[in-house]
Amino acid sequence: MIRLAAFLLALVAAWPAAAEEVVAALNQTRVAITTSFDGSEIFIYGAIKRDAPEAEGELNVVITLIGPSAPVVVRKKIRQFGIWVNDPGVQVDAAPSFYAVASTRPLREALSYTDDLRHRISIDHAVRLIGDTQAERYPEDYRAAVMRLRRQGGLYTEQSGAVSVAEATLFSTSIRLPAQLIEGDYRARIFITRDKAVVDHVEKTIAVRKIGLERWIYVMAKDHALIYGLLSLAIALAAGWLASTFFRIFFP
Amino acid sequence: MNIYLPIAEVSVSVTLLLGVGGGVGLLSGLFGVGGGFLMTPLLILCGIPPAVAVATGANQICAASFSGMLAHWRRRTVDFKMGLVLLVGGLVGSAIGVQLFALLRTLGQVDLLISLCYVVFLGIVGALMLVESVQALMRSRRGVVRRNRKRHGWMHGLPFKMRFRASNLYISAIPPFLVGLLVGVLAAIMGVGGGFIMVPAMIYLLGMATTVVVGTSLFQIMFVTAATTLMHAIANQTVDALLALVLLVGGVVGTQIGVRLAPRLKAEQLRILLALLVLVVCTKLGVDLIITPDEPFSLAEPLH
Repeated sequence: MIRLAAFLLALVAAWPAAAEEVVAALNQTRVAITTSFDGSEIFIYGAIKRDAPEAEGELNVVITLIGPSAPVVVRKKIRQFGIWVNDPGVQVDAAPSFYAVASTRPLREALSYTDDLRHRISIDHAVRLIGDTQAERYPEDYRAAVMRLRRQGGLYTEQSGAVSVAEATLFSTSIRLPAQLIEGDYRARIFITRDKAVVDHVEKTIAVRKIGLERWIYVMAKDHALIYGLLSLAIALAAGWLASTFFRIFFP
Repeated sequence: MNIYLPIAEVSVSVTLLLGVGGGVGLLSGLFGVGGGFLMTPLLILCGIPPAVAVATGANQICAASFSGMLAHWRRRTVDFKMGLVLLVGGLVGSAIGVQLFALLRTLGQVDLLISLCYVVFLGIVGALMLVESVQALMRSRRGVVRRNRKRHGWMHGLPFKMRFRASNLYISAIPPFLVGLLVGVLAAIMGVGGGFIMVPAMIYLLGMATTVVVGTSLFQIMFVTAATTLMHAIANQTVDALLALVLLVGGVVGTQIGVRLAPRLKAEQLRILLALLVLVVCTKLGVDLIITPDEPFSLAEPLH
């Protein structure tokens, strides 16, 4: 009986922390890459659901959007015989093609290191070296180069203060997808934290697909390489003939 | 306005691509070269991956040279027999080139190979052309009539002699075959037609009649770049049909303007200009190989 009372007491004490839940939605769950595709804006919004009065501790919202991950080879130019030549390179086993983190405050102030590691939230945890890296003397340089180059290319972004929260309940942000986008499923994750600890999170998926002509050309090139090659030639020759004939008739 | 290229997987300004196509087309109309040696580096500067730039460049040159060849065909300035011999060499050469390209891609040295080829060949051709055209200009000022070139004696000792009526030649098939082979290898590796090497080789090495040189060169280039496109499409899947089409539209217009502009300039002056242009591209690429790069790291897709 005493044990049951103690258990109920503990449950009640623990209740407020678990009582906050996040619900979120995206303005679009499909992004179509058409010929005129010039990037896209994803609007992410949601609310924090509560069964009890607001809990103690500083509230923060962290939102990440991650593109499909693939291995990438990083090469460093080294000097040989007076000219700069690529070295054999290091394979970074997983690097997302796109990564955006938006948060209410700078990430380090909104999230503890352990929770960041557990949920793999910051860019640093998404780019991973797994394989045989012993052979290389400074693999960390190569991993850092992936992050640096992709940041420069606008593929990895960190925006602190980009998430706005109203009435400690409603939040929203928008993340820009660049024109240099590859196909795949993009995962949006929304975390709420209290005193740097993750309280709850939800995940949504955005399907980025080439459509129409883009899709057709891509599939042809990969799956029907011979026909595609012949077709490219046919188009080229037809265009060359058309141009020649056109200019002969109109500008002799 | 931007256009998303399905194979290159980048979004590039259409105006920029039309400008590149048009600018290169203008030069090729003016100088009678394919312009591939400018097209590939320019595409890489626009942010197109080098492998896609090379393969797509070949496709674009194929169209441009077909267009040019038709005009020469009507004027009967194509030596088909010579073209065929060059072509056989060219096809063998481009098969070797594509294999070499794929091999070096696995080693990660494609960029280096492309740059080195450009520096070496552009340097040689640019320097030779500059010297030759400056001499020609000085001679024409002094009013000295040029002596006939000596026929190369060693070529007459080779077997497989053939008569090339349109070129006014009776020589062994081996030298044209080798010229074609070299051009084929370069076409595959550099994404160029190789006109800037073949035209001087046909005039100075083979001693062909100058009237048929450009038409015959275009005939050979058309087939070699067609084969190169096909082989790249199958072996590397790096031909971007959409990119080729946009470049073509700009290129065709540029070429026709260039062709109409050319008669207003002196031939020697044109050649000096072309030589200088070739040397500028060569110097730029050469300097990049030597100076310390700002960013030593580069990313590439792993090969499966």
